[in-house]
Amino acid sequence: MYPTRFRYEAPRELDEALALLREHGDEAKVLAGGQSLVPLMKLRFAAPELLVDINNLPGLDHHEVDADGNLHVGALCRHATLERSDLLREKQPTMAAAAPLIADPIVRNRGTLVGSLCHADPQGDWASVVLALDGSIVAAGPGGRRSIPARDFVLGPFQNALAPDEIAVEAVIPAPRGTPSGGYLKLERRVGDFATVGVAVAVETTDGRVTRAGIALTGVGGATIDCADAAEALLGRPLDGDTIEEAATLAARDARPKSDHRGSAQYKRHMVHTFVVRALEGTTR
Amino acid sequence: MTIVHEVRDEPAHDVPERRITVTVNGTRKVIECEPRLLLSHLLRQGLRLTGTHMGCDTTNCGACTVLVDGTPVKSCTMLAVQADGHEVTTVEGLATASELHPVQEGFREEHGLQCGFCTPGMMLASKALLDRNPDPSEEDVRWALSGNLCRCTGYQNIVKSVLWAAAKLRSEREDQ
Repeated sequence: MYPTRFRYEAPRELDEALALLREHGDEAKVLAGGQSLVPLMKLRFAAPELLVDINNLPGLDHHEVDADGNLHVGALCRHATLERSDLLREKQPTMAAAAPLIADPIVRNRGTLVGSLCHADPQGDWASVVLALDGSIVAAGPGGRRSIPARDFVLGPFQNALAPDEIAVEAVIPAPRGTPSGGYLKLERRVGDFATVGVAVAVETTDGRVTRAGIALTGVGGATIDCADAAEALLGRPLDGDTIEEAATLAARDARPKSDHRGSAQYKRHMVHTFVVRALEGTTR
Repeated sequence: MTIVHEVRDEPAHDVPERRITVTVNGTRKVIECEPRLLLSHLLRQGLRLTGTHMGCDTTNCGACTVLVDGTPVKSCTMLAVQADGHEVTTVEGLATASELHPVQEGFREEHGLQCGFCTPGMMLASKALLDRNPDPSEEDVRWALSGNLCRCTGYQNIVKSVLWAAAKLRSEREDQ
């Protein structure tokens, strides 16, 4: 299968890439890992006139914590890098749990977290993870940079909030204010499949009480679901059995699963409950 | 006898061909191609390296796996122009003129293939694993190969083959 014809540019400076986007507007597409875009182009669901390959841009493959404790993940940081990251294992348990569950090991060598967020697939794993962590996306454009909260970033299936002349250069996860814990649990029929159910849980505790919480769901609705009520139910309380049960029940209530070949709606809702309990009890694997 | 060597469309005027330089199995190749040419097609049709197999063409099966700068990549999901300036290793690059690569030996010794269609991708993913982790556990091998499908379901022997190769490579290193 071949994509339709397109022009290809692989600029070496961000300004050059932005100029190309400015010139071509929404006829241009940005290519990073290409693990979603290239298949879409081969199936001709996408047919851009110009591909702007950003793989040669310098300084975008990082993932690092800044002086204030915020985690920055560059647009060329591959899933595989995050999967093997000691930094993530030490500082960011929800992301560390999610990275090995993205697609399959070979796809993870090319695909990127930021690209996955931009692709805005309602079945995407990183979307719920970054939502649960209250992260944001940094867009570079002609007027400089702006930060877009993850909760405002996705406008609909495969639609993000970037202007045609903007490039998402980073995802930023805010510094935890307490001790971070949580995880990402994914039920999949086989490696590389989309999630039947995906549950991202990010909790911060101080002196045994929850100071911040985020719970988000993948695969159980037409979009990533932010379980605000479930997260709210955890605030100020210790993570005991009653609290966990209440949050899991609220999260399962917020799920909007449909019965399909991956499972019945009832089963998926039940798994949301189970996964929230497991993540909060710390049994993430 | 091959009478038809190459049939191609005239390039569209508004889509200039790109000239790229790719090192394939240690040899530098200068290639002119359309940007939409996939790496898998460059290897198979352009360079006649048909050891890279096309299974699903949808980024699922891993049969088309090659190494780009030592990292396994599904070549049906990478544009040839993206390999410009990089090193590509295909299954044809594993053996030397006189010797099989230990991974290939392992697949022979442990019967790691039935129909053989997935084997090139399996072996390249295995090589990359062993380059990174010379002493993998069975679980490590299964994890590293979880993006490669074997429709004969010969996974048991594939895993054994990779562990055989790992042991051989370690003993070679100790001998040195």
